[in-house]
Amino acid sequence: MIRVILPPHLSTLAGVGREVQFDVAGPVTHRSILDALENAYPMLRGTIRDHVTHQRRAMLRFFVCEEDISHDSPDAELPPEVAAGEEAFYIIGAIVGGSGKRMGQ
Amino acid sequence: MSAVRLLIGTRKGAFVLTSDGKRGRWNIEGPHFGGWEIYHIAGSPADPDRVYASQCSGWFGQVIQRSNDGGKSWTPAGNKFVYDGIAGTHQWYDGTPHPWEFKRVWHLEPSFTDPDTVYAGVEDAALFRSTDGAQTWEEISGLRRHGSGPRWQPGAGGMCLHTILLDPKDPARMFIAISAAGAFRTNDAGQTWSPINRGLRSEHIPDPVAEVGHCVHKIARHPARPDVLFMQKHWDVMRSDNAGDSWQEVSGNLPTDFGFAIDVHAHEPETIYVLPIKSDSEHYPPEGKLRVYRSRAGGNEWEPLTNGLPQQDCYVNVLRDAMAVDQLDPCGVYFGTTGGQVYSSPDGGENWSAIVRDLPAVLSVEVQTLP
Repeated sequence: MIRVILPPHLSTLAGVGREVQFDVAGPVTHRSILDALENAYPMLRGTIRDHVTHQRRAMLRFFVCEEDISHDSPDAELPPEVAAGEEAFYIIGAIVGGSGKRMGQ
Repeated sequence: MSAVRLLIGTRKGAFVLTSDGKRGRWNIEGPHFGGWEIYHIAGSPADPDRVYASQCSGWFGQVIQRSNDGGKSWTPAGNKFVYDGIAGTHQWYDGTPHPWEFKRVWHLEPSFTDPDTVYAGVEDAALFRSTDGAQTWEEISGLRRHGSGPRWQPGAGGMCLHTILLDPKDPARMFIAISAAGAFRTNDAGQTWSPINRGLRSEHIPDPVAEVGHCVHKIARHPARPDVLFMQKHWDVMRSDNAGDSWQEVSGNLPTDFGFAIDVHAHEPETIYVLPIKSDSEHYPPEGKLRVYRSRAGGNEWEPLTNGLPQQDCYVNVLRDAMAVDQLDPCGVYFGTTGGQVYSSPDGGENWSAIVRDLPAVLSVEVQTLP
């Protein structure tokens, strides 16, 4: 059972608590976790990574086992603690930022 | 008795304000989608209970929400906005080519006849359409492929398609406006588009009378007269009597002809409203006085409407989608400010009062007049 911790806005959007759990078939990578997350909660598609390129949104980061894996290959296998559900996969919004471009008016 | 529903988009959520036809007492619901920017909310003319909202965030991107009960409850809809084919480049602020990138939906325009059909104006500028209640979106790419796209450039707020005017008499005709490209018209349901900017003059671009490149802030028109268009440009208030083939300036005696919002009275097609803002570098009312200006002559001759509006120390802005009129008689006029006030006039602008004063910065105001 994979555990994913969502940022508050995404848990509200998905109508779930901060932590969601689901199974992932095959190797546990950040791509396979996000694929399974988006299948379970389709309203999250496009909010974490681009619909087409699957590039991570610039102001989100992924952490496991207290390590930032945001820039690792999405197909790199994650530590066994994540696959076992002992450690969660964290999706975290950057502290800084927001829209650079506002209504500009 | 009729009722009125205001759909308010703010920097930190959506609010739904309702009143009976007297428009004296208001119920305020919200925030919906707290913490998210709500650029626009719009109800379907064909089914007032169907409402669409553009919800976005610098962190999480674009979400589209749909309500089937007039904004009481919402369901996330489709948010996949993918440009048709190779997106290409437009001009960046410094004149260099810059790739087209989807950023957000600025404006939603539901069809007059089908609740499931809705148009979306997006940044970077393009027009999308959904025919399945916002579940899926398809670009009407004839606009972006008009040929002038590489010469379009962002305004200060980004390169946004902010105005979509459907023609109630001719479903194949549509008008859109882009900051800063200008206005465009299609007569064939979006297959082909023509720039309609003849008569516009913009001193801040290299060729002041260029075919494209004008920073159009908003276009309004009365549905009974779809050939008569009123425009608030970056500077200048303009009018066209031939569906945009040519424009004449009607700024007349306005204290400043810079501004964002413009709208037309529901029952008097020659009565128009603007909200003058001091300048493009000082986005607040001149002299600290919040004044709506009304022309009953279709422009040129303007009168200030001030009763109930702050006439000193007021330095808010009113954004391009933040003014609207209802269909009641007398016509109600509404606008929201970046200071979080939503003002209402139930008598065509003669008297104003704040429905609410302390919302987050208001990005958009739409009105539904309900039976």
